[in-house]
Amino acid sequence: MEMGKILEVTNLRKEYTDFILKDISFSLPRGFIMGFIGPNGAGKSTTIKLIMNLVRKDSGEIKVFGLDNATHDREIKQNIGFVYDENHYYEELTPDEIRSIIAPFYSRWDDEAYYGFLRYFELPQKKKLKKFSKGMKTKFSLAVALSHGAELVIMDEPTSGLDPVFRREILDILLELIQDERKSVLFSTHITSDLDRVADYITFINKGEIVFSTQRDDILENYGLVRGNKELLEGTTRPFFVGIRETSFGFEALTRDIQKVRNLLKERAVVEKATLEEIMLYTVKGVVK
Amino acid sequence: MDIVISNSSPDPLYEQIAKQLKNSILKGELTPGDLLPSIRTLAKELQISVITTKRAYEELEKEGFIESVTGKGSYVAGQSSAIIKEKRLKIVEDKLAEAVSQSKALGIELEELREMLTLLYEEGV
Repeated sequence: MEMGKILEVTNLRKEYTDFILKDISFSLPRGFIMGFIGPNGAGKSTTIKLIMNLVRKDSGEIKVFGLDNATHDREIKQNIGFVYDENHYYEELTPDEIRSIIAPFYSRWDDEAYYGFLRYFELPQKKKLKKFSKGMKTKFSLAVALSHGAELVIMDEPTSGLDPVFRREILDILLELIQDERKSVLFSTHITSDLDRVADYITFINKGEIVFSTQRDDILENYGLVRGNKELLEGTTRPFFVGIRETSFGFEALTRDIQKVRNLLKERAVVEKATLEEIMLYTVKGVVK
Repeated sequence: MDIVISNSSPDPLYEQIAKQLKNSILKGELTPGDLLPSIRTLAKELQISVITTKRAYEELEKEGFIESVTGKGSYVAGQSSAIIKEKRLKIVEDKLAEAVSQSKALGIELEELREMLTLLYEEGV
């Protein structure tokens, strides 16, 4: 077991009739935040369900805290805070009632943290969850996830349906969480939003395969967006482009090697840093006419 | 100590941070022995990734501007005035090199550049 890794996924495979997760591998070191990005249907939720041991894998290995996630299910779950994109708590109950049901399951349940988060998120203790808005439900999930001393927080599409103000609040909460250098966060999203700012690592999945899983800064330093005259799109330049969008006015293309393209095209094209959203878009779409 | 981050700058984030801290040290706003915020605190304050701030500190450490003590944090390194002068000289050299390369791109001759420099110097910019 490698002490440095809080999560290790190796050659993980899962086949459905209409989708295959193709032997994916990636890992998350302790003390860092990883964004798990990709379009809808890319395999993000399948991967997270496999990590959470909610569905059975076909082959491969998943280690959480250095332990096999299926054989050590119970002890691992004690230590994971999980936030789904949908509310999975009983809608007829209030936060107070839910607390009394779930607290006994966790050996390190922390009432002070729980009620602290409820107050911080301005969530009523005695109101039924079905009266909560979508954003409030997500906040509630987060409050629970952060109230039992979890070392790994996994969030599946936490930002969908959340307003920008709360998305920013989540940033602060996540950054506060990893201050002790022991905890890690994995969050999946199809909208590469402001959350990406704090991600140390980005794992990009597309069509059941990992496109890359690496430090965010490396990606943002190497990928670039190129705009220019269509005449520049010829034999020597094309191989440098991952995705190309041609219009009647010119082209826009994504490159993985911004430095090389800058040297090659010099002032003949506009070369800028690419955002994660652009990287995702062009990688998924490829060549668009 | 202020650190301002620009998302539109072509410079990577870590470089922007390293540069600004370096300037604070060179200008004497930060002095030898001053404790810098931890990489995680800085990441939190700036709302950016830990790896980015870590890399900025590593860069500064490599160049001898700061020293990191395991378990204690990072400090502004004690420097002799000679080192600091040398570093400032290096900055001047870099800027001149940049001016030269820009001039070459514009087809400005050495003589013309020299005249510009003399003029600027005497004007006391």
